[in-house]
Amino acid sequence: MIIDINFIGLIIASIMASAVPLILASCGELITERSGVLNLGVEGMMIIGAISGFALMTVTGSLIIAIFGAMLAGVLISTIFAFLTQTLITNHVATGLALTIFGIGISAMIGKNFVGIPGKEFPVLFENLKDTIPLIGPILFGHSIVFYFAFTLPFITSYFLKKTKIGLIVRAVGDSPESASNQGINVRLVRYLCILYGGAMSGLAGAYLSMIYTPQWIENMTGGRGWIALALVVFSTWNPIKILIGAMIFGGLTIIQFHMQAIGVRIPVQFLTALPYIVTIIVLVVISRDSRKIRLSTPSSLGKSFHKDN
Amino acid sequence: MHKIFIRSFVSSLVLLFTLTVTAIAKDVKAAFVYIGPTGDHGWTYQHDVGRKAVEAAGFKTTYVEGVPESADAERVLRQLANSGHDIIFTTSFGYMNPTNKVAKEFPNVKFEHATGYKREHANVSTYAARFYEGRTILGTIAGTMTKSNVIGYVASFPIPEVIRGINSFTLAAQKVNPNIKTKIVWAFTWYDPGKEAEAAKALIDQGADVIAQHTDSTAIVQMAEKAGVYAFGQASDMDKFAPKAVLTSVENNWGPYYVDRVKAVANGTWNQKDTWHGIGDGMVVISDLDSQMPADLRSKVKKLQADLASGKVHSFTGPIYDQKGNLMVAEGKTADDGMLAGMMTYVKGVEGDIPK
Repeated sequence: MIIDINFIGLIIASIMASAVPLILASCGELITERSGVLNLGVEGMMIIGAISGFALMTVTGSLIIAIFGAMLAGVLISTIFAFLTQTLITNHVATGLALTIFGIGISAMIGKNFVGIPGKEFPVLFENLKDTIPLIGPILFGHSIVFYFAFTLPFITSYFLKKTKIGLIVRAVGDSPESASNQGINVRLVRYLCILYGGAMSGLAGAYLSMIYTPQWIENMTGGRGWIALALVVFSTWNPIKILIGAMIFGGLTIIQFHMQAIGVRIPVQFLTALPYIVTIIVLVVISRDSRKIRLSTPSSLGKSFHKDN
Repeated sequence: MHKIFIRSFVSSLVLLFTLTVTAIAKDVKAAFVYIGPTGDHGWTYQHDVGRKAVEAAGFKTTYVEGVPESADAERVLRQLANSGHDIIFTTSFGYMNPTNKVAKEFPNVKFEHATGYKREHANVSTYAARFYEGRTILGTIAGTMTKSNVIGYVASFPIPEVIRGINSFTLAAQKVNPNIKTKIVWAFTWYDPGKEAEAAKALIDQGADVIAQHTDSTAIVQMAEKAGVYAFGQASDMDKFAPKAVLTSVENNWGPYYVDRVKAVANGTWNQKDTWHGIGDGMVVISDLDSQMPADLRSKVKKLQADLASGKVHSFTGPIYDQKGNLMVAEGKTADDGMLAGMMTYVKGVEGDIPK
């Protein structure tokens, strides 16, 4: 079989497009977790972002308002989580799960009026450059602004955590909230902000799905991507650059699976469908063999409530 | 004290009045049980359109959406039967056993189960649509419109309903264009827009210029629109989602059947039936044909539609061979309903194996 070089470019471009929501939500959740907060509500925040983006796009007709509105909606719903876990000191896991259930329910309720409405076309950049370079052209050009943002976000996040003072504060709060507090850092405020940032990124991830990837509103349309984003953070051992690789593997397996089917490669479909999960387990096993590394990269106070007495 | 008394007296009068009025107007209450949300714009959505037709005919209806095909279904059915519903439509294959079980407990309530085959009690009927007739039309259009001779087909699960659709589609496409290849991708979902779009994209990247689907969301036609290839709407008219890509849609039209059956209960003429209706009875409807199709193709399709409706043409007319070349249907014969209902082999010309 002759494999056209442009064909490979197209496949890689599809894989990258499917990785976008995972990268966005994971990078947001990574910051939240680095500050010591485990927010299992990613799926819920994502679906709220999806319906908000789509609803605002339909009502206002403005893509910019819709995108920022979706991020704001993510911020608003994560405020509930922040208030409960940071001010009322509730359990992170239970609150996060509740947030997901709440998000799915309320998005379905709001979404009732937006079913069956076609979405708007989202503008893509550098479309005319797509065919100029073989292989690289389709990979680099002809994507939406959110796509380019998603692929720079891991690098920005990495720089933020490693090189900036605020990044250091976030890590300090996540590793030892007591020490950070003794140094005069407002642990609660830092955690609040990190939760809200995570909400904004999940909201954007949801908006990408309902406005760009499959422009329409359908109940439950995030289809578990929020959970995959959560798994990705662990998979990456809280390293933003590894999120990029992980998201490509997770997104890519489905697409390669479909391509193999269409070519006629006889691998049981069920096996191919299960492959993303098998790969995750293998990677987790390989990573966790090095326990020193795991301890170094996991935020020590992850999921533990911090209560300052005064 | 006085005030409260007067108020409750007045309100009970009002209540009494309303109850009497509804009792006089129409007695029959119908209930619908849905597998998905009414907002799926596919399978459940179309059933709900049918329910609204019943409502428009003057009957009271209730529906419960998102009912899992498990013990939950039994609980919901029992509750509906207990709360004064006279006829209950269960609109997914997996409700087959719960429907029959609950029907035994409520002999005075009529049960209508979609796409199933079990009628264990006198108060259970089954109904389904001959969607494959619609796919004969889609295959004819696809075979004519393709330039690459590669047609993509996004399938859901390997069950007779889907296999029958693939076969009917491929037979029709080959009839107008013997050179076509049908590439099939199994998405293993009825409903996941992201996955469906990815499956369609994979087929398009591999050269398919017409995409057919047997999954329920509009993601595939939208992907086709983006890529500049043709596609067909599933279950409902999807033209507005992809005006350039969608050539036509096969719509599920349950309304007339539902109204008919509820009226039968009202008149006391309801009886047990097994209904399998197609284009002829209006249960399968072909949407408007897109003007991008050449005029002669459009008139050919119209004629085929009329012939399928009258029974002059059957989707499975022999000679039909399976992939190994064994004769499935002899020349001049047509496949009987029993064969269609249990169809689990590809016909000659379909590529690949049925996943197990």
